Amino acid sequence: MENIKTKSNRKMVTIDGNEAAAYVAYKLNEVIAIYPITPSSNMGEWADDWAAQGKKNLWGTVPSVTEMQSEGGAAGAVHGALQAGALSTTFTASQGLLLMIPNMFKIAGELTSTVFHVSARAVATHALSIFGDHSDVMATRSTGFALLSSNSVQEVMDMALIAQASTLESRVPFLHFFDGFRTSHEVMKIEQLSDDDLRSMISDELIIEHRKRALSPDRPVLRGTAQNPDVFFQAREACNPYYKACPDIVQKVMDKFATVVGRKYKLFDYFGDPDAEYIIIMMGSGAETAHETVEYLNKQGEKVGLLKVRLYRPFSAKHFIQSLPKSVKKIAVLDRTKEPGANGEPLYLDVITTLAEAYNNGEISNLPKTISGRYGLSSKEFTPAMVKAVFDELRKEKPKARFVVGIKDDVSNNSLEYDPNFSTENENTIRAMFYGLGADGTVGANKNSIKIIGEDTDYYAQGYFVYDSKKSGSTTTSHLRFGPSPIHSTYLITKANFIACHQWVFLEKYDILKYAVPGATFLLNSIYNKDEVWDKLPRVVQEQIINKKLKFYVIDAYEVANKTGMGGRINTIMQTCFFAISGVLPRDQAIEAIKNSIKKTYGKKGDQIVQKNFEAVDQTLANLFEVKYPDKVTSKIEMPPVVSDKAPEFIKEVTAMMIAGNGDDIPVSKLPVDGTFPVASAQWEKRNIALEIPVWDEKTCIQCNKCVLVCPHAAIRVKAYDPKYLENVPPTFKYTDYKGSEYKGYKYTIQVAPEDCTGCGLCVEVCPAKNKTEVKLKAINMMPQPPLRESERINYEFFLNIPDLDRRQIKIDTVKGSQFLRPLFEYSGACSGCGETPYVKLVSQLFGDRAVIANATGCSSIYGGNLPTTPWAVDANGRGPAWSNSLFEDNAEFGMGMRLSIDKQTQMAKELVKELASEIGEKLVDELLNAKQDDEAGIYDQRARVEELKKKLETINKPQAKNLLALADNLVKKSVWIIGGDGWAYDIGYGGLDHVIASGKNVNILVLDTEVYSNTGGQMSKATFRGAVAKFAAGGKPTAKKDLAALAITYGTVYVAKVAMGYNDLQTVKAFIEAEAYDGPSLIIAYSHCIAHGINMEKGMVQQKNAVESGYFPIFRYNPALAAQGQNPFKLDSKEPKVKLEDFLYSETRYKMLTKSKPEDAKVLLELAEKDVKNKWILYETLAKANMG
Amino acid sequence: MDLTTKYLGLDLKNPIVPSAGPLSKSLDNVRILEDSGASAIVMFSLFEEQIAHEAAELEHYLSYGTESYAESLTYFPSPSEYNLGPDEYIELIHKIKQSVNIPVIGSINGITTGGWLEYAKKIEQAGADALELNIYYIPTDLKLTSLDVENRYIEILSALKQIIRIPIAVKLSPYFSSFANFASRLVNAGADGLVLFNRFYQPDINLESLEVEPNITFSSSNEIKLPLRWIAILYSRLKCSFAATSGVYTPEDAIKLLMVGSDVVMMCSALLKNGPRYLKSVLDGIDKWMFEHEYTSVQQMKGSMSQKSILDPAAFERANYMKALNRFK
Repeated sequence: MENIKTKSNRKMVTIDGNEAAAYVAYKLNEVIAIYPITPSSNMGEWADDWAAQGKKNLWGTVPSVTEMQSEGGAAGAVHGALQAGALSTTFTASQGLLLMIPNMFKIAGELTSTVFHVSARAVATHALSIFGDHSDVMATRSTGFALLSSNSVQEVMDMALIAQASTLESRVPFLHFFDGFRTSHEVMKIEQLSDDDLRSMISDELIIEHRKRALSPDRPVLRGTAQNPDVFFQAREACNPYYKACPDIVQKVMDKFATVVGRKYKLFDYFGDPDAEYIIIMMGSGAETAHETVEYLNKQGEKVGLLKVRLYRPFSAKHFIQSLPKSVKKIAVLDRTKEPGANGEPLYLDVITTLAEAYNNGEISNLPKTISGRYGLSSKEFTPAMVKAVFDELRKEKPKARFVVGIKDDVSNNSLEYDPNFSTENENTIRAMFYGLGADGTVGANKNSIKIIGEDTDYYAQGYFVYDSKKSGSTTTSHLRFGPSPIHSTYLITKANFIACHQWVFLEKYDILKYAVPGATFLLNSIYNKDEVWDKLPRVVQEQIINKKLKFYVIDAYEVANKTGMGGRINTIMQTCFFAISGVLPRDQAIEAIKNSIKKTYGKKGDQIVQKNFEAVDQTLANLFEVKYPDKVTSKIEMPPVVSDKAPEFIKEVTAMMIAGNGDDIPVSKLPVDGTFPVASAQWEKRNIALEIPVWDEKTCIQCNKCVLVCPHAAIRVKAYDPKYLENVPPTFKYTDYKGSEYKGYKYTIQVAPEDCTGCGLCVEVCPAKNKTEVKLKAINMMPQPPLRESERINYEFFLNIPDLDRRQIKIDTVKGSQFLRPLFEYSGACSGCGETPYVKLVSQLFGDRAVIANATGCSSIYGGNLPTTPWAVDANGRGPAWSNSLFEDNAEFGMGMRLSIDKQTQMAKELVKELASEIGEKLVDELLNAKQDDEAGIYDQRARVEELKKKLETINKPQAKNLLALADNLVKKSVWIIGGDGWAYDIGYGGLDHVIASGKNVNILVLDTEVYSNTGGQMSKATFRGAVAKFAAGGKPTAKKDLAALAITYGTVYVAKVAMGYNDLQTVKAFIEAEAYDGPSLIIAYSHCIAHGINMEKGMVQQKNAVESGYFPIFRYNPALAAQGQNPFKLDSKEPKVKLEDFLYSETRYKMLTKSKPEDAKVLLELAEKDVKNKWILYETLAKANMG
Repeated sequence: MDLTTKYLGLDLKNPIVPSAGPLSKSLDNVRILEDSGASAIVMFSLFEEQIAHEAAELEHYLSYGTESYAESLTYFPSPSEYNLGPDEYIELIHKIKQSVNIPVIGSINGITTGGWLEYAKKIEQAGADALELNIYYIPTDLKLTSLDVENRYIEILSALKQIIRIPIAVKLSPYFSSFANFASRLVNAGADGLVLFNRFYQPDINLESLEVEPNITFSSSNEIKLPLRWIAILYSRLKCSFAATSGVYTPEDAIKLLMVGSDVVMMCSALLKNGPRYLKSVLDGIDKWMFEHEYTSVQQMKGSMSQKSILDPAAFERANYMKALNRFK
């Protein structure tokens, strides 16, 4: 982009790429069909928010914004809207884009004007990744859509308009894409296009043309025919002139844009030395880094250049060749995608074909040597050092024809070496890094700071934010750049002038000061004051402070927060420190700007919050101190090892690197070739995130085990055991006599995993036992973790070494009994107090040693399978759930495939057993084939038989014996579980789920019903209850919740249960056991409280109870097995509603906020919701009383 | 019959005023109250805690868990405007003022001189004819003296007087060691009226859950005795209006309170129990009683049995207790 300096009166805004795209898309469309998928969800959210606020588009109407059931649905709706004559758009990424492909072929085939805005994201292959690359966009190459790339936030806004103007004129539909996260989530100060700009660029005549082509019964036409071999081919070729004309149209639009707005673009933009010999060709955000590097190298006198591809499809050979400097000798084409098996990645192939053709046609006189490289998959960092490495490679006499850059590939040996210290950072640009916790508001404060700098100064400003993969206790790193020069640095900061550490614990976990440049400023939030702090620092921190001569400041932000009523939110305080020390603005001006911004942010939420924040700002400066430190390292405090020495090799070598934040350094050879990872790894990642942990009072305890049941993280455990195991008991280990007849003489212990507990407090809330002399105490009570950590760690280790009870001796169909089963789902990164994981854990306890799990994409797949570690674990015999995630939309089918596969292999195993009967022995054969495996004992016995069988098979020298050996494990009953959230079950996967429950196959479906798409940030699903505020339902959901359970019941052959553990935990346990026992499809809909409900998570189980008692979520079990016995299969397990619906609803922010934003609507929706609840109760009561047996 | 009276400088058509309570939350009920004869309406109280808490709560839950995980950086849409409790309250006053012809008295309830007092200004701007300041406060700090407590009341009242121009009535509890002195301090500090008395909800214990629970009970006619005594004592000694509240159920209750010097008699529990239209039967009863007993105006009756107007002023003081005992014998 060449910036023509014009005096512009346009508004400068500091926004991210998604908002920039949504801004233009909203202004220029009438029908918007959306569906959430990271990292594009925010575009739909902006559109929905604006529509809810009544914001109008360019033509004065509020666009219609509608959420669909999947991206396929959104594309279908857009297709229909276009056919009916509206201007229509959608936003998506990754798998969502793949689901749109069929409609994209149609839309393009029908030459229909539209722009899809895509925040490009990796397509799931060996693993899912939410991060950015071009694999999704590249998968649409053959659809006929034009592909237009934006490299920066400013370009996103510009290209969104250019794409819209171009599609209207060319009739070729456009896919406008920019890099997921790096651009979609990067906050940048940009110039906002005005309505006048948009009006100048968009021709009303072309819109009228678009409408004239629409379907209308007033002038009917037929579109969407089926064609035969006689004409299909010719008709397909008929569109050619439009594709031929398209590039020139786009260039014309770009030229007009330059006249109107001032920024000049070309289809292929060349930047660099006009006589460059070595050039890089690429597109996307990486091109900005390459731009910065080329600029730097040019200044050093290097003849290098960069060709930025903007219009990738239709690929204009003419424009490409015109843009290429004649001097070029060698070219490296960089692709941000991988196409295994291809002769090269797509952009490379296009370039090489174009060059060869041009050379053959005599348009160029020599053929530059061209090599191909991959970079940046899944948002892998792409830095100036890597760009330089590519140029260095080009200079070699024999450069690698195929290479990767940014990783160490020691398997294929095709990676380029680069010097990580090479830097092109502009000296005038201030670079600041902030380490914080998600919960402390660090990111929010930094987003705020960027806006302040963007809006209150003439500086350019950029903010980018990195999150870890945990939903509780997650670490965030903010990267802020600002200064007088334009910022092209689309990579993380590694040369920081300012580093802030908002949490003391990070000093022991990460090398916080690694990226500090000499003389940088270091700000630490510390409970130790300026005179004490030095001696408390770890040795490496002291070393770096001294060696780099850092300016060192401390503040006790939590103390200031407490004093000023800010609770745990230190955001405003740390932000004030940053402004006070960094000098980006004069102090007074900075304080005023912060206060203005506080008013803007919190003003609508009430004056009290504003005042509290003001107070925090004022208190900060008085509590911020510079630390004078000695010139010698005095500390003997070392950073503890990342994982225990006892961990397996893989965990120590690979997983620990990821945990420590050094995953980028892991070479290819250390990683699995097919995405297969060991389980039981979460136990090695000791996160220590709880401020308080539960402490057991064995004297008050009534041994009900409810605390163990509800623990979302399996961090509170129970064992009953022979007293002999108490030999060498640690001094503070607690135990008492077991109460109950079944394990007479045994001891009983409730033990907390101090380093894995998240401190949610659910266990304390459900504990029914109160201390008789002081009722505020229960049988478990929260106490500060740090003083307990060491002793409880020893106790927990001792506890784990006590053997589990024999599963055959446990009454598993009781709450108490079920909790003696070892959880095989432990220490997940789910939200503290998660409402889903107690159910998931229960599955792992009851059936984990024989379960195969298909897990839909969503929260459960993230806390279940997001690296570095997995909570899925194994028992003492090494058995445990085998888990996999296929996609979001196909989970029921994925699980059914597993069932079909297991059934087939079981059948084959049985056939082989029969075939080898004489060798195996009749008795064993008979027992193997007719084993009853309906309880733990039955399964135990069958396992023993299979072991015996295997031993025999080793001695039989027949090919069938070898086959049977591989299949024999299938003779033991396997439990197939299909787990996912309501977004999957009610919406995107409903078709598949419906088919699977209709199939009669023995699968168990667990729907974790949070009533929103929790994982993508709380968008409405069809499980959302009427009146709830959710994203895409900012005005409260207008329609009733779909009754998935009732729909399933209509088959008559599906076991269906609705459960809510917080209301009736016994019913939950029984439902799980009945569902699994039922020889057919089972569907359990589990009410799961969620952080997206806006509740106190500690009270999650109370919310569940009230949900049931208000009739909001009545629970029941429908067991077709009872019908077979002549009984009514429908058993209503909840009592007639006694809590007022209103009281329950308004105890949750998702409902209450509507009474604050749209009180009249809230009233109407409440009345309708009351009717829903009443009618639901009548229906269920009728079913319960009906003589259905 | 002339039922007119003057309260806080407002001319009222009769002395029956619904006191601060839930009936004023609905415009429909306010209309019924007006139709049933209410001469003014005191709005339900806007609580200081509510102002602070509601905003803080909303902010807490809307931002809880945000900016932690890349896929779910927020959990809620962000409407441009929130109508928080205070805003709703002010809007309601505005609406009520537009719909009824009787004076509307706003009510605020709090214990500090903080920023929440600014809402009084908004209440005034919304059209309220007067303001009732309800200081609902249980001093439990062992270091706090009775003077400290009284001073706090005075400070709040003084601060409020600086902010608004409409008349202010102070609603009090009876728990002061020297009530008469304190009442006079309030009047000196600018109180235009005293509303006697506030009722504290007393907590109770649930023996099953072993939890302390709030216990809300309706008042009973018996409770008029306390305001009856104090208004009788203070009437004519303090230059301010008096409103009697607590336990007014019957026309006779109201008449007694008027006779000791109340300018208005406020009702809450009786209207909640019997519905807003019940007010009319009380008014009719007063009218009937006055007619039967040959009174011609409320003015005539007002204060006729206050301490200064009766033969035995000590009847309202400690001797009353002794006499009652004797009579019981």
